[in-house]
Amino acid sequence: MELLGRLRDGDEGAFVTLVDRYHQPMLRLARSMVSSQAVAEEAVQDTWLGVVRGIERFEGRSSFKTWLFHILVNRVRSAATHEQRTAAVESLHAVDPDRFDAQGQWADPLEHWSQSDDRLEAAAWAPILKAALEELPSRQRTVVVLRDIDGLSSEEVCGVLDISAGNQRILLHRARSSLREILDVALRKAE
Amino acid sequence: MLLLHPKDIACRQAVELITDYLEGTLSRRDRRRLEFHLRGCPNCSAYLEQIRTTIRVSGSIQADDLTSEARQELVDIYRRWKSE
Ligand SMILES: [Zn+2]
Repeated sequence: MELLGRLRDGDEGAFVTLVDRYHQPMLRLARSMVSSQAVAEEAVQDTWLGVVRGIERFEGRSSFKTWLFHILVNRVRSAATHEQRTAAVESLHAVDPDRFDAQGQWADPLEHWSQSDDRLEAAAWAPILKAALEELPSRQRTVVVLRDIDGLSSEEVCGVLDISAGNQRILLHRARSSLREILDVALRKAE
Repeated sequence: MLLLHPKDIACRQAVELITDYLEGTLSRRDRRRLEFHLRGCPNCSAYLEQIRTTIRVSGSIQADDLTSEARQELVDIYRRWKSE
């Protein structure tokens, strides 16, 4: 909060500190919504300008990050009404229904990942997951980026995106399910 | 009376409850039923474990560092705004 006080006082150093902290996550959020890097970058720059102009209006009822992301989401949405990203995968099931028998029990169970613990090193898997994110429908990608990468709470995500708690959970569920599936396929290919 | 049996929930349903379970939004009854199912079902437990790993891998993704050009560009925008 002290940082925001300095920003209100017109301290450039405070602005740079905030830029270093939030600019790249903002760009990632914008890119999760639109495919054009140029549109995303412009929306983020626009947001920064909106922030320095409107910092007086920040009331501290939400976290600064939530406020910032909410402004950004609105800018991206208005800049990109014709620019929605299309999805490569759109799954309505957590798991491919063919893996279950008629009674709904596993017919084709998952192979454990645990034997290959070393290959599950998060760092090694990050590039595969990044590529997997690109295959998700935009709304799912945005939710999972905010929740699992940026670490926002479900309430914060609902506030940033103006969506209901139930909708947030459905999008998160589909996103995580698809990411798991893609990681699973990638792991078996690597074997 | 409620007879709990691992097959009380089909695996196909159990996997659809995992996010609500992790979010803590299942009713107490559904949470008990799911936990009971998971204890008796290694396949659904493996599924839950993979979802947890997926979340962990997501959490490990770092944002690329801001380039000094991009930072400078923003500082310029800030200075232009201040001098308005
Ligand atoms: Zn099961």
